[in-house]
Amino acid sequence: MQIQVNGDIIDVEDNMTLGALLTQMDLGERRVAIELNLEIIPRSQHAETKLAANDRVEIVHAIGGG
Amino acid sequence: MAEQQNDSLVIAGTTYNSRLLVGTGKYKDMEETRLAIEASGAEIVTLAVRRTNIGQNPDEPNLLDVISPEKYTILPNTAGCYDAPDAVRTCKLARELLDGHDLVKLEVLGDQKTLYPNIVETLKAAEELVKDNFKVMVYTNDDPIVAKQLEEMGCVAVMPLGSLIGSGLGILNPHNIRIIMENANVPILVDAGVGTPSDAAFAMEMGCEGVLMNTAIAAAQNPILMASAMKKAIEAGREGYLAGRMPKKAYASASSPMEGLIVG
Repeated sequence: MQIQVNGDIIDVEDNMTLGALLTQMDLGERRVAIELNLEIIPRSQHAETKLAANDRVEIVHAIGGG
Repeated sequence: MAEQQNDSLVIAGTTYNSRLLVGTGKYKDMEETRLAIEASGAEIVTLAVRRTNIGQNPDEPNLLDVISPEKYTILPNTAGCYDAPDAVRTCKLARELLDGHDLVKLEVLGDQKTLYPNIVETLKAAEELVKDNFKVMVYTNDDPIVAKQLEEMGCVAVMPLGSLIGSGLGILNPHNIRIIMENANVPILVDAGVGTPSDAAFAMEMGCEGVLMNTAIAAAQNPILMASAMKKAIEAGREGYLAGRMPKKAYASASSPMEGLIVG
């Protein structure tokens, strides 16, 4: 199925979880925050949250800023 | 000196010893960021929230490892947001990123050339964030009416600009900042525009509760030395304010006594 991650459309396995997506993207260990279809998904729920086709995922982290 | 020991900045019930708040943008690398922040003595440090680049090097140092939330009060900002919904989304993401930490710097911008605050959107975002239990430190223009409205909405600190973000032009309208301070029951901090230690000291001498800066340190030839200079300027300005300046006079007033003069 296709989902959108940070604005890019990517192909992933059907029924993939958010946790699996993060692992696949090498972000499993990084401090990130996730928004799924404009709703925050708390870190504790990443592993169990299932993705669906056309989901919009935003993955953010902290960078330098003023 | 006893008074100074009790002279702390209180924001949303938390006490800080440093009145200098610093950003983490525009530094050469993480090490320079770390050293400059350390030299500044700042306890409240701002950062930005951005999309994680897909495929980026996972070994790259993370800002939160360098500026640790255990050591500093992290103040995530909404810089780069041009409307209230984006600013609110950014704050919610930041709260998740920082495990429920709810102190944020709200900044909703008007255009890219001036980075001047969009007040209509700032007010909308502030209202929504306060309702959602965020502690909002808000970047605004130097309009006393707007500053008061933001305070009345429940913002925990109001931060008028000294001049445009990153301009280094100093405090261009001290009269308005004074009016804002006179009316305020929450801390007023100058955010943006400070270019030199004397600008920072000037803001503090006026009675501002603190100064937030980034470019004045990061864009200096030697950012670490400038961070140390800013720390001293903020302290000097604050002590000067507390000490109370001498009255200005139109004519001279001799400092040495006339009595016992050998002339005449």
